[in-house]
Amino acid sequence: MINTGELLLEVEGLQKSFGERLVLSGIDLQVVKGEVTVILGPSGCGKSTLLRCLNGLEPVQGGRISYHGQDLAGPQVNWREVRQRIGMVFQNYELFSHMTVLDNILLGPLKVQKREPKEARQQAEQLLGRVGLLDRKDAYPRQLSGGQKQRIAIVRALCMNPEIMLFDEVTASLDPEMVREVLDVILGLAEQGMTMIIVTHEMGFAKSVGDRIVFMDQGSICEIAEPQQFFTQPATERAQHFLDIFQY
Amino acid sequence: MVMNLDWEFIAESLPLYGDAMWLTLKLAFWAILFSLVLGLIFSVILYYKVKGISFIIQAYIELSRNTPLLVQLFFLYYGLPKVGLRMSEVTCAIVGLTFLGGSYMTEAFRGGMEAVSRTQVESGLSIGLSRTQLARYVILPQAFAISIPSLGANVIFLLKETSIVGAIALMDLMNVAKDLIGMHYKTAESLLLLVAAYLILVLPLSVVLSWLERKVRYAEFGD
Repeated sequence: MINTGELLLEVEGLQKSFGERLVLSGIDLQVVKGEVTVILGPSGCGKSTLLRCLNGLEPVQGGRISYHGQDLAGPQVNWREVRQRIGMVFQNYELFSHMTVLDNILLGPLKVQKREPKEARQQAEQLLGRVGLLDRKDAYPRQLSGGQKQRIAIVRALCMNPEIMLFDEVTASLDPEMVREVLDVILGLAEQGMTMIIVTHEMGFAKSVGDRIVFMDQGSICEIAEPQQFFTQPATERAQHFLDIFQY
Repeated sequence: MVMNLDWEFIAESLPLYGDAMWLTLKLAFWAILFSLVLGLIFSVILYYKVKGISFIIQAYIELSRNTPLLVQLFFLYYGLPKVGLRMSEVTCAIVGLTFLGGSYMTEAFRGGMEAVSRTQVESGLSIGLSRTQLARYVILPQAFAISIPSLGANVIFLLKETSIVGAIALMDLMNVAKDLIGMHYKTAESLLLLVAAYLILVLPLSVVLSWLERKVRYAEFGD
């Protein structure tokens, strides 16, 4: 895997523990502009925690996360500013239940980025159109299906014009027939060259969207490989074992 | 029984009860309003665990909830003038009721804020909201809907608690009834009017509050 683009994010020796329990023990990872990194691994391996560290939702205990010359693992990080550039989508959508779809999407652009309402609204509507939900812009989250909510959550993050998008098991709570519509949106983003880090359990999707697969187990990275390589000849026994579980 | 009531006396007493109802309503209105404002501010400070101030608010809550309103009113009305701070009876009553209600409202709001899920908060953080923006646009609107039942209970509680302001010489409903009983020995009539007057005040409020509860709940959660 040779990727010569601009280095956006560099994680070095990242350590995270919950009390006594070490959940990330020395993560090294580099993310290049335009690259889609898919993180796989068994439950509890620390993959979601890693994403949350990159968005400042979990304080870290050691290591470095270098982003535009700034260390996100250090003290005094202006997370408000960083989060506008590193968007995140969660497993349970987490749309604000008391706001319409459009208000959900515009909250960040208007209140955080203080953008021109007309321009932000135009972008929001254009993005909604792209995920096929423009006609639901005045609906409330409770009136939407899980798949629709998740597509809107993606739009909400995109409308901030982020440089990197983090996806934390975004299809894990969805009914099977709705998984596809959400994955298609992410696939579309990949085609446009969005830099993404995706934590997922959808193996087929990982194979088709990922530029490379990062396999994690027990708080560390076991293996980084191109999808083709990883799914046919994983280098480690643990990855082989993990993949076997998905073969019925 | 009904035949034995002195209806003429009841009719003559009505204006007295009317005035007292007005006073009760006035005291309750201001006390409830100030309590809500106080509760809103204090709950946000407690939610964010603002250093120093949180401790003072905690102390206030303990003091307010663990002393009887009667004692608080006596302190304001008879105690404070000794150190040179004199307030009118009405002001004392409103301050006393607010002192009591503020802590109840704080706890009601805070309960609601803490019930807003951690993941909603994180999703607000992830789009770069500041703590104040998070409170204003995400947490409080949802917390308010969750808190409505307990806020409503506090509103009715405060309205009913006005019944002891007679202790600082205000002619509220309770005091009027006591006066009439004392002067005319018309116990049944006076108490009947008293109960009726409170029901007229509280019942509509109860109905409006539960209607509001349903409305807000629906707007918020859709069920």
